[in-house]
Amino acid sequence: MTDQTGTSLAPALEMRGITKRYPGVVANDGINLEVRPGEIHALLGENGAGKTTLMNVLYGLARPDEGEILLDGTAVRIAGPADAIARGINMVHQHFMLVPVLSVADNILLGEETMANRVFLDRKEAHRRIVELGRRFGFEIDPEARVGSLSVGWQQRVEILKALYRNARILVLDEPTAVLTPQETEEIFAVLRRLASEGHSIVFISHKLYEVLEIADRITVIRRGRVVGQRRPAETNEDDLAELMVGREVQLTVDRGISHPGEPVLRLSGLQAKDDRGNLAVRGVDLDVRAGEILGIAGVAGNGQDELVEAIIGLRHPTAGTVTLAGADMTGRSPRDMNEAAVAYVPADRHRFGLITPFSLADNLVLTSYYRRPYARGVIRDGDAIQRDALSSIERFDIRTPSAMVTAGTLSGGNQQKAVVAREFDRDLKLLVLDQPTRGLDVGSIEFIHRQVIAKRDAGTAVLLVSAELDEVLEMSDRIGVMYAGRIVAIVEGRTADKNEVGLLMATGGADRSGITPVEVPA
Amino acid sequence: MDITPLVNGLYGIPVLGLVFQAIGYLVAVIPPNSTSIMSQATPLALAALCGVLCERSGVVNIGIEGTMLASAFTAWVVGVAINPMFQAAPTDVFGITIPLVIALIAAIGVALLISALHAWLSISLRADQIISGTIINIAAFGVTGYLDQLISKTSPAGAGEFTRFTPPDALTNLPGVGWIVSMFLNQGPIAMSAIVLIVGAQVWLFRSRWGLRTRAVGEHPRAAETVGIDVIRLRYKNVMIGGMFAGLGGAFLSIEATNSFQLGMTNGRGFIALAAMIMGRWTPLGAFASALLFATFLQLGQLINIAPPGGDLGTIMSAVPAQLFDALPYILTIVILAGVVGRSVPPAADGQPYERESAT
Repeated sequence: MTDQTGTSLAPALEMRGITKRYPGVVANDGINLEVRPGEIHALLGENGAGKTTLMNVLYGLARPDEGEILLDGTAVRIAGPADAIARGINMVHQHFMLVPVLSVADNILLGEETMANRVFLDRKEAHRRIVELGRRFGFEIDPEARVGSLSVGWQQRVEILKALYRNARILVLDEPTAVLTPQETEEIFAVLRRLASEGHSIVFISHKLYEVLEIADRITVIRRGRVVGQRRPAETNEDDLAELMVGREVQLTVDRGISHPGEPVLRLSGLQAKDDRGNLAVRGVDLDVRAGEILGIAGVAGNGQDELVEAIIGLRHPTAGTVTLAGADMTGRSPRDMNEAAVAYVPADRHRFGLITPFSLADNLVLTSYYRRPYARGVIRDGDAIQRDALSSIERFDIRTPSAMVTAGTLSGGNQQKAVVAREFDRDLKLLVLDQPTRGLDVGSIEFIHRQVIAKRDAGTAVLLVSAELDEVLEMSDRIGVMYAGRIVAIVEGRTADKNEVGLLMATGGADRSGITPVEVPA
Repeated sequence: MDITPLVNGLYGIPVLGLVFQAIGYLVAVIPPNSTSIMSQATPLALAALCGVLCERSGVVNIGIEGTMLASAFTAWVVGVAINPMFQAAPTDVFGITIPLVIALIAAIGVALLISALHAWLSISLRADQIISGTIINIAAFGVTGYLDQLISKTSPAGAGEFTRFTPPDALTNLPGVGWIVSMFLNQGPIAMSAIVLIVGAQVWLFRSRWGLRTRAVGEHPRAAETVGIDVIRLRYKNVMIGGMFAGLGGAFLSIEATNSFQLGMTNGRGFIALAAMIMGRWTPLGAFASALLFATFLQLGQLINIAPPGGDLGTIMSAVPAQLFDALPYILTIVILAGVVGRSVPPAADGQPYERESAT
């Protein structure tokens, strides 16, 4: 790791000409990547650009068709995750690879157990080492805490400790900030900088431009499996990076224009709802959403947003309080009642709730209206009408698909979401409820969906937007409600909202200003 | 002080009197029958232990019933076949003979093969685990029934059975705890080894490397794989080791509890064991405690018919059909599975086939 000359350090990691083909696609096409000791190297690209494939190659999960990997200048063949770990390469996956029911220590130990003898674990020694390691990077961690009870920010730290416990020299972080508040992001960045200063090499995968500019020493941009450019933060900016990443000029922030809010359409008063385990998750929400405005709900995932949305839309029975729609009491009405009252809903998980993936695209486009004319006469469905309207939706909402009859599961994420949007948006609405409408989508699809939402608002629809992506809430909302522990703790003007202020409210509910205590996910 | 008037007084109060009589009856009949209760619990506990190992690693095994039945048959039939070849007298303690040992090994071997089949179907082929288990149950019932019919025409003599160890009277007559000594020590070799295996499995599962990895694989296999653990292999191992425990439980039925094989002699124990596993929250000790509870009910169902309680309680119970008491453990199973004991959370990846992140 140390280099005698001190100035021109040999790369800790070099990937040369990596090519990986899957049937029908070239996921990586001759990619070169070089990471020096102590460097934070950002890998920037859209979803599907090939970042994950490249890292799977590095981690031994995929075998490259061409190219070679060099560690400290020596060519190596990485057989699998165990081999990668043995060589000091560790990965923090986007979806944490932690077992929620196990303790912090057990999660860290797993696969790299500290043993008292050949059979039994030495938890005492492991706990000592974990606490010590945490202190070295500036945080106190309880090795016996159950991982499932920690906030995502702390889970992220557990992931990093897991890598350090294995003496990682090269640390790959796949979209590490996707679920963090701005404060948590800053804290993780501080940890990463500390790691780099101790000589660790870090590969930071992201599609968030400003983050990459903040943390990286160098930025490699890939698009469609190829390296399209390399930059230093000092010599580039967000627009430049976005253009490299997408291949065309992109409007990063949708011009939301000026809203003209009218009468309240949705009125919640004292709304309460329980989560699946029977604990009160929504603890008395009072909220008005007016016609022609976008009200964003910001909050760390798990603070009752899901239950709030479900209680509004009729998927969850409120235990107290009322839901009023344009003056009519709709508390506890079924989703179909809500749908027929001109309420549309885009669920957070399009695979589980938005679409029936084994069904055809055409059938998915009539999921909320299949039972009435013109799609059905009595009990008989009208295939022609369904097909005709599907083709029209496909054209107007730019859904890229070979036909209306392919199963929805075969479409890309962006096109699936466009299908949901086409179904939900394509009529006059009083209220539009959006739960994480752009999660996991590429920049182009996000831009498209945001425009559609703005258009709906300008047509006089009341829009309730829930998102864990604070940037999205800030960018889209006319007003922002911050949700914490089942309550709306603050409502701020969208136009003047300060990101850090909102982030702090999300993390602490406004009561505690320290912002660094581990937030127990409210039960 | 003479408490008879007090007792009689309490008996006189309706409802409370009945409760009091019921407790009196349980206290009177359970300690003398503690050995039989443990015998009833042994196959349940071993089968439940099989379930714990399988499900902790993420594989649902409802084929335990069939596995046990096949093992019970194998143990008996192997004993029948090789018994004439050996003449040596059984040992004083446990009544061990060479044919019995070979029969036991054969029973465990068959269970190992059957669980390997289940592992292959559900782990490698990613078949539906319920269907795989059902196939095993149906096949075991059919094959053992058919073979049993062929063989039993000649009404052969079995290889005998393992006998119980007799602890010294000084221990079993100890006031208050003597019956517990009888319960655990007045037992044959399989029942005694079951106790050791259960305690061992508890420690193994929660304190060893193997146990930690097993639990991780049953909760979040992808996380386990990313730290270099071979998910498929570990699941195979757990299912097959679990199968051996089920085999031991099956052998218990035909060469320790009795010296015979009867059609369908497992009689739903493999399923009751799954209920015990759930009630015991997927821990070996919890499953064992639940198995003891079920066994107590099984035993009570018989005792009520043999030695019914007296007094008002006896009068009331004599009006209830006897079959209802035989059904007690099964009713208990349904009640428990319906969630009366509170919600117990299975391993998160239980029953989900794992697909490796392809290293192509």
